[in-house]
Amino acid sequence: MLKTFSKGGIHPSGNKITSTKEIKRFPLPKVVVVPISQHIGIPSEIIVEVKEKVKKGQIIAKSSGFVSTNIHSPVAGTVTKLDKIIDSRGYKKQCIVIRTDLKDVSNLEEIEYALKEEITLTPKEIFQRISDSGIVGLGGATFPSHVKLSVKEDKKLECLVINGVECEPYLTADHRLMIEKTREIVVGIKILMYALPVNKAIIGIENDKKNAIQSFLSVTKNEKNIDVAVLKVKYPQGSEKQLVKALLKREVPKNGLPLDVGVVVHNVGTIFAIYQAVQYNIPLMERVVTVTGKKLENPSNYWVKIGTPIKDLIKEVGGIPEGTRKLVNGGPMMGKAIKSTDVPITKGTSGILVISEDEASRGEQQNCIRCGKCVYVCPMGLEPYLLMNLSEKGMYEKAFSEDILTCIECGSCSYVCPSNRPLLDFIRFGKEIVKNLQNAKK
Amino acid sequence: MKNLPIIVSASPHIHSEKSLKKIMYDVVIALVPAFLVSLYVFGIRAFIVTSVAIISCLLFEYLIQKYLLHTKVTISDGSALITGILLAFNLPSGLSIWMVVVGSLFAIGVVKMSFGGLGFNIFNPALAGRVFLLISFPVQMTMWPTAVVNNTTMVDAVSGATTLGIIKEGVMYGDTITSLSSKIPSTMDMLLGVTGGSLGEISALALLIGGAYLLYRQVISWHIPIIMLATIGIMTGIFWLINPEHYANPLIHLLSGGAILGAFFMATDLVTSPMTKKGMIVFALGIGIITAVIRLFGAYPEGVSFAILIMNAFVPLINHFFKPRRFGTVIKSKIM
Repeated sequence: MLKTFSKGGIHPSGNKITSTKEIKRFPLPKVVVVPISQHIGIPSEIIVEVKEKVKKGQIIAKSSGFVSTNIHSPVAGTVTKLDKIIDSRGYKKQCIVIRTDLKDVSNLEEIEYALKEEITLTPKEIFQRISDSGIVGLGGATFPSHVKLSVKEDKKLECLVINGVECEPYLTADHRLMIEKTREIVVGIKILMYALPVNKAIIGIENDKKNAIQSFLSVTKNEKNIDVAVLKVKYPQGSEKQLVKALLKREVPKNGLPLDVGVVVHNVGTIFAIYQAVQYNIPLMERVVTVTGKKLENPSNYWVKIGTPIKDLIKEVGGIPEGTRKLVNGGPMMGKAIKSTDVPITKGTSGILVISEDEASRGEQQNCIRCGKCVYVCPMGLEPYLLMNLSEKGMYEKAFSEDILTCIECGSCSYVCPSNRPLLDFIRFGKEIVKNLQNAKK
Repeated sequence: MKNLPIIVSASPHIHSEKSLKKIMYDVVIALVPAFLVSLYVFGIRAFIVTSVAIISCLLFEYLIQKYLLHTKVTISDGSALITGILLAFNLPSGLSIWMVVVGSLFAIGVVKMSFGGLGFNIFNPALAGRVFLLISFPVQMTMWPTAVVNNTTMVDAVSGATTLGIIKEGVMYGDTITSLSSKIPSTMDMLLGVTGGSLGEISALALLIGGAYLLYRQVISWHIPIIMLATIGIMTGIFWLINPEHYANPLIHLLSGGAILGAFFMATDLVTSPMTKKGMIVFALGIGIITAVIRLFGAYPEGVSFAILIMNAFVPLINHFFKPRRFGTVIKSKIM
């Protein structure tokens, strides 16, 4: 029996059409648009001026607090604008616009770094490096990694969990990275195990990525402290709490963090970024992005510079096909639909999904028939039908006591509802109001 | 490039194949075997009663939605169709047509639409319709045409009793089960449906096939039917062991009357059953116990309809007390 989490979950079709496509380097963008708020926490502080020349990897916005991070210029070029531009979430955010210097050597040459296994830095230096390099959780949550790694003394850390689940349909960025950079990721894991310190690490990979599992098994053959765990395919297994439950049978307490059960979880992409930062002092300037969709001419995986406009990527894969009705930043379950292709790639963008008519339109909403499917699939043990009703009717106190805030917004309820009810839409709405009410009370 | 405007909506952006219509038509498909048996056994009357019930249910829903409530007409969703079929299945095949119409009006008009339509009714409309008719027309509602295979004549004249009716009446007049055994249909007859009873409840086998289909299609889960039938079996079994001459054996109880029809098609009605598996277990236990008590000690020979309706009333309370366990509220012991 393969491991998985016990409560709820769904099985949407994988549609991993790009899983065999090697990650290619995306051509140098002419202009990059770098938002200063790409992470959870306080927006970074801009430290460059218009017309200023910047080097590749230079800090252009610096961390403005503990839960914040540095942002580096992904290209060498000239700052042309500091302006508010609509980001992938639909909000206007302060951005730094840089025109790429097409003649600069650092832009033209991409060095292929050799594998470096030896760890020379001290734990303190490692943490400083991670913090300086602007690394955030690349699975999509974009939580600054150095915050996650600072274990308080009263908490006992027992296990490092590496998230290689990638349970979102269509996305293959992590999958490809795991195949192509297996050794680097394993070194990254060792760096964290040494620095934290923790003497146990588990890599969780779903069973639909057999080649990635094989690859890790062969690389970690002689590592008795690093386990590779094969997981049954089930959404939302990539969620931290569900992954910890699946791997260790431990339940992160309500309103708690994985650290409360002695675990720290990091995405494979984050681990690779940490490897590069610690071993070669390369800050986070690019990431793997899957550009996919059933009707696309040439769906692919790319190494993309942060700040590359999405329209450049779509152009590269053959343009928007006829009948396209939705563009999604991320996967189909949790990604954000975007209005314009001017939106840039940020640290949290794991994929761009192009959806056509048949999948994009929602069915007509009908009465709730109280079938209980939403309750059955909820991985958090909530009652989505009830939360939607409470939120719709403005009963926020009751919604709070029914644990509306513990919803992880995985969308399983809306996915299964036979009456096409917008369950998660109303739950999200209710959550926002309940959160504001909570803050007002404080 | 000709493209319609881009849709911007919140996630998730994909939806499962399941839809309300698919669920409803799965239930209709599951009812087909039992309907075929009733056609075979009761002939043209089964067809007439079922058609009248279906047409009047659909018509009443249409009229109420269109002219009384002025809402969108949703008769094509299949729920009124199911109510019609299930109501007919719970009626004797010889019942007058106008009574079938009255029953449909009560089921759709009073029990379903006056509570707000699909999803808002507290009681199972078809069952409530049947009980309404049973109380209003007790004589007509208990005139069971004897099962005559290939009977094409009007069968109103030939009337017999149901298995449970024979036992109840016999025991009341001092007979023992052994002395009644010649009147009780064999297990095989009850399985196949060569017995007296409501239109759709006679063949246990046909209903079980339909039930298995619903389980396979995941329209229902096993909790309600299995626990309900097990409870009836155990309760009646205990009394049968105590006094086998006074109480019928559990197999007769399970195969006769509305036990199987109720367990797979009536108690499992999505709208009027609990939301959680824990709740379903409590609900099914309640139905089993009430059914057995009515059958063993009550004035009526059969109690499934009453039991389900009584437990329907408890569903909101069950939903309130039997919630799913919230993730992270019980911390498991550490394994490493």
